[in-house]
Amino acid sequence: MDPAIRTQDLTRIYRKARSRGEPQGEFRALDGVNLEVRPGELFGLLGPNGAGKSTLIKILSTLLFPTSGLAQVCGLDVVKQCEQVRERINMVSGGEPSGYGLLTIREQLWVFSQLYGLTTKTALERIDRALEQYGLANDAGTKINRLSTGMRQKMNLIRGFMTNPTVLFLDEPTLGLDVHIARQTRDYIRSWMAEDRSRTILLTTHYMAEAEDLCDRVAIIHAGKIRACDTPANLIAAFRRETVFELTLAGLDGRAAELRNLAGVTVVRLDSDPAAGRTTVRLSMPDDAALPAVLGGIAGLGGRILNLSKNEVTLEDVFVGIAGRSFADAEKQEE
Amino acid sequence: MSSLRNNLRAAGARAWIRVVAANRELSWVWFETFLPALTTACYVFIYRAMGAAPEFESYVILGGIMIGFWLNVLWGMAAQFFWEKDMGNLDIYMMAPISRMAILLGMALGGMTGTAMRSVVILLLGIFAFRVRFEVAGLATAFGIFLLTMASLYGLGMMLSSLFLLFGRGAQRWAEAAQEPIYLLAGFYFPVRNLGFGVAAAASLFPLALGIDAMRQTALGSRAGFLPVGVEAAALAALTVLFGLLARTMLRTMENRAKTEGKLTLKWQ
Repeated sequence: MDPAIRTQDLTRIYRKARSRGEPQGEFRALDGVNLEVRPGELFGLLGPNGAGKSTLIKILSTLLFPTSGLAQVCGLDVVKQCEQVRERINMVSGGEPSGYGLLTIREQLWVFSQLYGLTTKTALERIDRALEQYGLANDAGTKINRLSTGMRQKMNLIRGFMTNPTVLFLDEPTLGLDVHIARQTRDYIRSWMAEDRSRTILLTTHYMAEAEDLCDRVAIIHAGKIRACDTPANLIAAFRRETVFELTLAGLDGRAAELRNLAGVTVVRLDSDPAAGRTTVRLSMPDDAALPAVLGGIAGLGGRILNLSKNEVTLEDVFVGIAGRSFADAEKQEE
Repeated sequence: MSSLRNNLRAAGARAWIRVVAANRELSWVWFETFLPALTTACYVFIYRAMGAAPEFESYVILGGIMIGFWLNVLWGMAAQFFWEKDMGNLDIYMMAPISRMAILLGMALGGMTGTAMRSVVILLLGIFAFRVRFEVAGLATAFGIFLLTMASLYGLGMMLSSLFLLFGRGAQRWAEAAQEPIYLLAGFYFPVRNLGFGVAAAASLFPLALGIDAMRQTALGSRAGFLPVGVEAAALAALTVLFGLLARTMLRTMENRAKTEGKLTLKWQ
């Protein structure tokens, strides 16, 4: 059986607009990506903003040409056989502002169903069922220009699901959603997958917990390259030799950034709240033995420990271990 | 066959958006029908003030009827891919298993509904306020010419839409630049042969120039036609085929270029 998705040495280079006095630049969004997703998998692509996730999805959904390499969906080349690929896929992006403001949710979904050859009867049956399942039934007659971000995103997801694609691409589906709707969305994704075991989803996210919670396998992408690919449990197990501590500190007085210079540890996450005079830092280190030296370093910076806990390794720690920097730092670098 | 049915479904749904949106926001009736009718009336009064022959008033009415279709092609169809991209809908259309021409056909049909309303208002203004007289015997032929004109005009619109697909806001400026010169070249308010043979012949590449001229000859009995009606009808038919083929090729070419340059979607990374 063909893989649901396969890429081989997939590369995409964007040409940057020429600035005054500067030569034309290039941005390598994807750099030799090799990936294989099996039919029936809920596969996560995890990486910070600018890592290349959306570019990969745009290529697989036939909206963008690769610069080089091969990309296949259901064994079909996305460049040469794009029309056949389109019959098998759908895609939904998080934060998508799509739709026509004067139409209602139900009308909007019907319009988009017509692009996939569904009869009106079938389309409306599927739409009504999905609206019911996803808690939107009472809002079916609400116009698009009156929808909240969460309702709009629910509608967009139904648009992707209702055509029953063999492969569905979800590009950051919970972006900007509150905790409750994000959880509803993850439940809906799971139930849609459970309905038919041949369905495949490629989901991009930069929420670690989401990838850990939802995905059968995860690929970590950074700077256009796939850095690791396995089940979340295996990825975490491979990094379990690391020890992770989370500390809440006071008294650093603007010196929080210097925590990054502490020897023998990697700063996974650093959140400073100058107004409250507190800093939360997540540190990864090879073993507990390094801890006394770290605590000494913190005291040297004037820091007082308010709380210290030893934590389980998460995908976030795995990412830092692979990329050598946190998501936030990687995103700053891309900017 | 199923592909044709799917494309017709898609075209119907896209047309439906225009119709239902127009019914829900009725302010367009004022802006799209009453105000343009005033402009047409203005030209009628100019001819009256000059003491021109009454048929010139009829020419203006017919030109006023057809202007709406040009504006619809330019802004309601050609530019629509740009607006769809701006609204975040273009991705959805572009990854759907349907022809781009089906989407454009839907936009055209939906837009025509609103434009037809504007045209009817101007027609009624002509008949009841300005006593325009039509040649009843020529109306059937005029209607046939009208359909041919629409087919070639909307084929031209499909070609233009491919430019918007790639150039976006840049193409919008070209369209703005094209709007007014077409008022002159199409002879909306005067017989196109007054431009002189060379200019009128060049203007005939634009379907409305030939279409309006032929309709004036058939429906209004104009003797100020540029070319015989049969020649103009044949030229319109040829333009329909030409623009249709060019539109298909250009849409594919521009889409591929947009996909190469990463200009098809808003979210590039």
